[in-house]
Amino acid sequence: MDVLAGLMQGFGVALQPLNLLWCFVGVVLGTVIGVMPGLGPPATIAMLLPLTFLMNPASAIIMLAGIYYGAKYGGSTTSILLNVPGESASVATCIDGYEMAKKGRAGAALGIAAIASFIAGTVGVLGLMLIAPPLARVSLAFSSPEYFALMALGLAMVVLLGGESMVKALLATLVGLWLAGIGTDLFSQTSRFTFGRMELLSGIDFVVVAIGIFAIGEVLANMHERGGAQAIPVPRGVRNLLPTMQDMKDSRFAFVNGSVIGFFIGVLPGAGSTIASFISYGVEKAVSKHPEKFGHGAVEGVAAPEGANNSETGGALVPMLTLGIPGSGTTAVLLAALVLWGFKPGPLFISENPAMFWGLVASMYIGNVMLLILNLPLVPLFAQVLRAPVYVLYPVILGISVVGVYSTSGSLFDVWLLAGFGLLGYLMRKLDFPSAPLVLGLVLGGAMERALRQSLMMSDGHLSILVSRPVSAVMLSLAVLILLIPLFGKFNAWRLKALK
Amino acid sequence: MKALRADFWSGLALGGLGAYIIVVASRWEYMGQDGPGPGFFPLWYGIVMAVLSLMLMVSSVTNKGTNAIDWSGARSAFVAWAAFSVMVASLPLVGFVIGFAALTLFIVLVMYRKPLKVALITAVALSAGFYLIFPLALGVKLP
Repeated sequence: MDVLAGLMQGFGVALQPLNLLWCFVGVVLGTVIGVMPGLGPPATIAMLLPLTFLMNPASAIIMLAGIYYGAKYGGSTTSILLNVPGESASVATCIDGYEMAKKGRAGAALGIAAIASFIAGTVGVLGLMLIAPPLARVSLAFSSPEYFALMALGLAMVVLLGGESMVKALLATLVGLWLAGIGTDLFSQTSRFTFGRMELLSGIDFVVVAIGIFAIGEVLANMHERGGAQAIPVPRGVRNLLPTMQDMKDSRFAFVNGSVIGFFIGVLPGAGSTIASFISYGVEKAVSKHPEKFGHGAVEGVAAPEGANNSETGGALVPMLTLGIPGSGTTAVLLAALVLWGFKPGPLFISENPAMFWGLVASMYIGNVMLLILNLPLVPLFAQVLRAPVYVLYPVILGISVVGVYSTSGSLFDVWLLAGFGLLGYLMRKLDFPSAPLVLGLVLGGAMERALRQSLMMSDGHLSILVSRPVSAVMLSLAVLILLIPLFGKFNAWRLKALK
Repeated sequence: MKALRADFWSGLALGGLGAYIIVVASRWEYMGQDGPGPGFFPLWYGIVMAVLSLMLMVSSVTNKGTNAIDWSGARSAFVAWAAFSVMVASLPLVGFVIGFAALTLFIVLVMYRKPLKVALITAVALSAGFYLIFPLALGVKLP
């Protein structure tokens, strides 16, 4: 009953004309950046974050979330037409999607991708709606030791699946923790790691780091690309984009598989939509009566990963909203957005901000419908985005990044930091250091240190408090086990296989 | 550059950062009467960072079969970054509109080797677009 009442309240918020408009803007923008190889949702959301300070927070989160799940729809377009994933979550779609397109079935592939995305995206929101409120109630019993353990577990999961080298992922996390520690310590008023600069006393703004690492780093990494790849033409007319009844019948299990696997993998910090889509693809192939068709244009091979990467979005929002623990770079930026607008994601978020939470949930139902309606007839139009010259796109991203950072703080020092973090983001990509653990370390660093210090204050300095309470003991044990996985050959082989 | 050397040097750099964190954090109070001091948390992650950096360096030396790092496009990236930094440095002197137009002109003309006419049109149009959208339409201050 609570859920129904909440949902009604949410639709009251999401159906306001202004919020409908921002939802539309978000999903269209998300689809466009999903189509564009190289520019992902974290970079786009980070760049637009400063501009959202001009908006009402409910409209802003509706728009930013629209970008997040809209990009998942758009990502399939380039995978199918170009064999180039618009974003990493659509890599699995390339395998059968491009094969279908080469056989003249591009329309059906795009159509089934849109339908699977819609079904699974809706199931993901349903899961978010049903699981988030009870999880928030359970986590109300958590105190500082449990919070510290939970954050440690979240970071360990991100490190586990952050990249091939867990040492590098862990080092990136530690750099994030260090960046979070720069500024004035609120417990003792000691200035830490400020290098004598007044500008650093209040710490490094998350926006500067996120835009630098994601947006500037991405532009630098793609600067040598010249674009102009030849895409397979999209058939005109909605009728040519509709899958056949046989396609729908063949994909019925893939819809369920993608929805369920995507959601539950989304809830786990660190796993992300790329892994969700590959696991879903693997399961689909494993249970298929015709596994030999996979890799040669099987329609289920498109439906399963596309469903999983959309359902994952709903799952990923569960720990972010109810525990304040983001599981990926994009949810870390969304979490930072909520904090910057003055909210505190965590167990009390839903009860203190019902209009915001339920408005977001309702907007995701609406956004998924908008995306289905937009994606079927407008795929040929979205495919035109691939023709946008990169020599125009990249200066625009650099310009928005500078304006975004400067508008937040009015400080040229921050613009210099932006340049520095841009170079760091580029070098991390080249040297194979994952960026998500760094951003998560930065987002969680302050809260993690606070929770640890509060725990030790509760226990007069005894670290045993972290292991004497059952919940924190279990979570910390899991975190340690996860970090020790490279020592166990079989588990590490599984991890590396999942990553590849 | 081989991954082996890249990992060695990145390990060395991060090891230096870890050592710096340890040295600086050890000057702050570790444990006070009210609980952990400002040096407590940084000291621990500094130690872990130093140890992991050492592990990275050692593994880069012992792992002979490491794949090479693809540095293709690095020149373009560094040139673009240098141009971006020059723009940032010039902002107090020329402002965003002129600085951004110059950066765009450089990227289009020099890095993408487009004709001067195309570069000029792109630079002027983008700069004007930013001016119209941000300060005029949205009231956002430009540097």
